[in-house]
Amino acid sequence: MAKERKGIEVSLAISEAVCQADVDVISAYPITPQTHIVEHLSELVADGHLDAEFVPVESEHSAMSVCVGSSAVGARSFTSTSSQGLALMAEIFYITSSLRLPVVMALANRSLSGPLSIWNDHTDTMMVRDAGWIHVFVENGQEAYDHIFWAFRVAEDKKVMLPVAVNLDGFIMTHMIEPIDFEDNELIKKYLPPHNMIHALHPDNPSSMGCFAMPEIYTETQFARDQALLNSYPACLKAWDEWAALTGRKYLPVETYRSEDAEYCIVTMGSFGETAMNAIDELRAEGEKVGGIRIRLWRPFPFDEFFRAAAGKKHLIVLDRAISFGGPGGPVALEVRNALYKKTKAPTVVDYVAGLAGRDVAVSDFKKIILEGKAKAEKGKTKGYTLYGLRSS
Amino acid sequence: MAKPMEKISWQELEIGAAVSEVGNAMEYKTGTWRSLKPIVNASQCIKCGICWIFCPDTSIVRAADGHFEADLEYCKGCGICAHECPVGCITMVSEEEV
Repeated sequence: MAKERKGIEVSLAISEAVCQADVDVISAYPITPQTHIVEHLSELVADGHLDAEFVPVESEHSAMSVCVGSSAVGARSFTSTSSQGLALMAEIFYITSSLRLPVVMALANRSLSGPLSIWNDHTDTMMVRDAGWIHVFVENGQEAYDHIFWAFRVAEDKKVMLPVAVNLDGFIMTHMIEPIDFEDNELIKKYLPPHNMIHALHPDNPSSMGCFAMPEIYTETQFARDQALLNSYPACLKAWDEWAALTGRKYLPVETYRSEDAEYCIVTMGSFGETAMNAIDELRAEGEKVGGIRIRLWRPFPFDEFFRAAAGKKHLIVLDRAISFGGPGGPVALEVRNALYKKTKAPTVVDYVAGLAGRDVAVSDFKKIILEGKAKAEKGKTKGYTLYGLRSS
Repeated sequence: MAKPMEKISWQELEIGAAVSEVGNAMEYKTGTWRSLKPIVNASQCIKCGICWIFCPDTSIVRAADGHFEADLEYCKGCGICAHECPVGCITMVSEEEV
């Protein structure tokens, strides 16, 4: 592929990126709204554009299992899923990171059943928040395309060796046609060298993966996992820096928008950040000193960068896309409150949950959330969360 | 085994907690799990080796005279050997009785 800008559905751009990343094995099971990604990949393999094994399976549990097997022998492996598919994968999802296998997944975020819904929110990915994967949230088609390469680059880094989930909002992004800058294959080859896994399974170097662990050793394995994920952070930054040097597109773990002189900020994750920016522009024109903070890297959580972005703000209004039932509210606000805990002059945090199962959150809604949230923060009403747009009688 | 598992630090684990050392299950003595012990009547044993084939824990060993008996450091007392023995020379006896 040559360097060019073209209008393309984001799902297809992701498939093209996977093709350019020259993966060896793809195994996935179709599920809305991820389907177009694997559909197009199967075409790319069938038509000879990509020399890879496309393994059709009978379930997502098997799809993830195939990737574990192929990744364990050193093959660059890719899968993609959503919602119920991810739930079915959950067992193997955890095992993939425990075995330190650099699988990459495009996770088209969709609400979890029940009730059954095919639309977008973050309830599926929050289910696997603690599974030991690197999680990145992309905001638009260009970021989605770019982050497939970034994901493999980070995953296969010898100092990392962990799976990466590229979270993208279902439908809002997967089914959107956007102008995307494609890079040529030479640049991709430079950025993403051939995968060479040190601890790959091979008859010459026999090894057992996924062994049973007694209480005497399980504790140590869990700390090793946590350290591996925390220590992947410098590699995440380095991979972004190198991508920026090659393409000019610079990414950070936490992005800010008009926040330098802002008194308060709205905090988002995923595609809603773009709508928030429009709301911020309109509110700025009306005299509100509001800015935006967007969390791109969810795991490992960029605590220091987040604190730097939030420092000096009076209030933070967090927009969550999931609820931790019976807990403090949304998972992002939970993280944010923890990041700010015991910091001097920490901003007050107000949590809003909105856009569940694809319910639209327009610019006008964002403006309401921001202004209402500010009023709540000023009155000290920071407990729990507000479910925006909830009908109540 | 290079190091017993209760001595291994988290830094010493292989990546992904893989085990590249062959045969280290030997270090794990499962005989303490047993509540029933297989007692072999050596004079009845026809040395066919069926118990040796069926034992799921490779805990049947061949004695010098050719008959088979359980390695009690590893035998969990499942009783498959006694069930499969064609001449009924293996009896499962409660650990409390022997």
